[in-house]
Amino acid sequence: MHKGFLTIYWRDMLRFVRFRTLLFTSLIQPALWLAFFGIAMSNNFERLTATLPVIPGVRTVGYLTFIGAGVMAMTTLFTSLFGGTVLLFDKNWGLMRETLSSPLPRIHIIVGIGLSAMTKSLIQAAVIMGFGLLLGVHFFEGYTATQILISLFGIMLFIGAFSLGFLFLSAAIAITMESPEGMQAVVTLLTMPFFFTSNALYPANSFPPVLRALSAINPLTHLVSGIRYFAIGSDFSSIGIRYTYTQGEAITSFVALLAFAAVMFLIARWRFTKVTVT
Amino acid sequence: MAQVSHKGFTEAKNLFITEDSIFLREKVNGVLVLEDNIIEVNDLEYSFGEIKAVDNINFVVRRGEIFSFLGPNGAGKSTVINILTTLLPMQKGKVIIADHDLRTEPEKVRESIGIVFQELTLDRDMTVRETLEYHGRLYSMPKAQRQARVNELLNLVELEAKRNVLTRYLSGGMKRRLEIARGLMTRPKVLFMDEPTIGLDPQTRIRIWDYVRDINREGTTIFLTTHYMDEADQLSDYISIIDHGQIIATGKPWELKNALGQDVIYLETSDNQGASDILKKLETVRGVRDKSKGIIVMVNVDGTYLLPEIMDKLRNGGIKIRAVNLKKPSMDDVFVHYTGRELRDTGTEKAVVVKPGRR
Repeated sequence: MHKGFLTIYWRDMLRFVRFRTLLFTSLIQPALWLAFFGIAMSNNFERLTATLPVIPGVRTVGYLTFIGAGVMAMTTLFTSLFGGTVLLFDKNWGLMRETLSSPLPRIHIIVGIGLSAMTKSLIQAAVIMGFGLLLGVHFFEGYTATQILISLFGIMLFIGAFSLGFLFLSAAIAITMESPEGMQAVVTLLTMPFFFTSNALYPANSFPPVLRALSAINPLTHLVSGIRYFAIGSDFSSIGIRYTYTQGEAITSFVALLAFAAVMFLIARWRFTKVTVT
Repeated sequence: MAQVSHKGFTEAKNLFITEDSIFLREKVNGVLVLEDNIIEVNDLEYSFGEIKAVDNINFVVRRGEIFSFLGPNGAGKSTVINILTTLLPMQKGKVIIADHDLRTEPEKVRESIGIVFQELTLDRDMTVRETLEYHGRLYSMPKAQRQARVNELLNLVELEAKRNVLTRYLSGGMKRRLEIARGLMTRPKVLFMDEPTIGLDPQTRIRIWDYVRDINREGTTIFLTTHYMDEADQLSDYISIIDHGQIIATGKPWELKNALGQDVIYLETSDNQGASDILKKLETVRGVRDKSKGIIVMVNVDGTYLLPEIMDKLRNGGIKIRAVNLKKPSMDDVFVHYTGRELRDTGTEKAVVVKPGRR
């Protein structure tokens, strides 16, 4: 098998590790989300929901724990959606000519960049999770060591599939756009609906029907649900609402993420066959 | 041995200009023998929308040669190089590079060629070694071979000391040398160089020329485009003059210059038109061309001895001579001769407009 995608992966990771500022800010930003937004909202919600009766027989988790999964998912969304920008710069600065005029099949560029963005997302998610645990996010409570390992593995799978899907989308946009400004605008516009129609920061159960439908097909919702399933459990309550999430639903979510990634991959491949860089 | 009769060659009348040029030498029993041609281009055409950037171009490059495309900016040189290096799709025509058809086997062509692009295409955030390493990996070179080749090439272009320096800290000449090394990383059969010395200072240019000659001496065929006369003249075995997407003349540098005669005499007189009429009657004068202030006389014999005769003739005709200059024909003269305009003045005036919206 041609290992060309590893070359692309190698180069992108080289730059990621080399530029410590970028590395540092990409890790610090989500941590700040959790620290400021998480703690501020957490205190408000605790006060508002203090009078609500505790749902019997179900574990209740705090808001910080609830959005801990949301912030991890959000960070993955942003990192992946902006992850394709490197291709736009390569294209505009002529660097991509070297790659495109080489015998490397173009599909390897997509796969290589996809894997490197996935790696970055996993590193970020791990750092946010660690930071969250320090701040008081109650993940993996009452789990045995084996259960924790299985959960971590499940979370990795979900984040991996999700980040690949959005990276492919980002790559398709990057290779189509002419300017970084245009790319920035399009991506920012995209993040809004994905982010706010998901259950990352608040429960989607009380949405109006249209928003709830959007939320149900939103890959971000599936990722957040998946992370909560593994990190918190299949049945818990938070801010006065009970969440149940069966194994079957988790598998459905994962398959949905894989399907999303597959469709985005096909779109990216199609955009790449169209590109001429001279 | 491939024997091919070539429609493209018989039709392109102005392709080769002298009797002993490659076209005729290659003819065996009326059939063109192409076994030694590493690039064959037939009836190549390319349009950006309505604008024809490349118009029915035919040429061959023989193994081991340095072959140049000489022409102004916008003449179509880069478009041709972009097609030959598979960066632009083939629209019309047939191209064979290193025995592979560009249309059906573009990957095979890519494996056989190296490219030095016109603009710098180095990643500023990678080191010199990493740049070469990345290239070798793109072409699936085994690790040991990659490392050996990196050492060899850094030695060739004298960049060993910069091995672990980010390319952003290299000077313009060093960047160029690194790009040349990168183009050679995979030991290509043909190295394409698009304006290799553009924007470099004279000393660096001469150094780059030396590298180009060294590389060629080691057996790599080189196809280069340039709008510098001296560059084409100094380096090339064959030159094609290209303008408005068409090849106007092809030949060895001296053949192209000989078409203008042995010497070129520049005259400024009191009556340029009258002088021109008188001189055109002389058998030793091959042609006369007007310049803004004077005339250019192309002569078939040694100008040193012809000049007094010319001056006498003009004086007898009542024409006063203000200035005289005698020189060997230069590539500049050749270019003007074939295109009717000066290379340096053309600029981008008739440049082909590349796709709108592109950077």
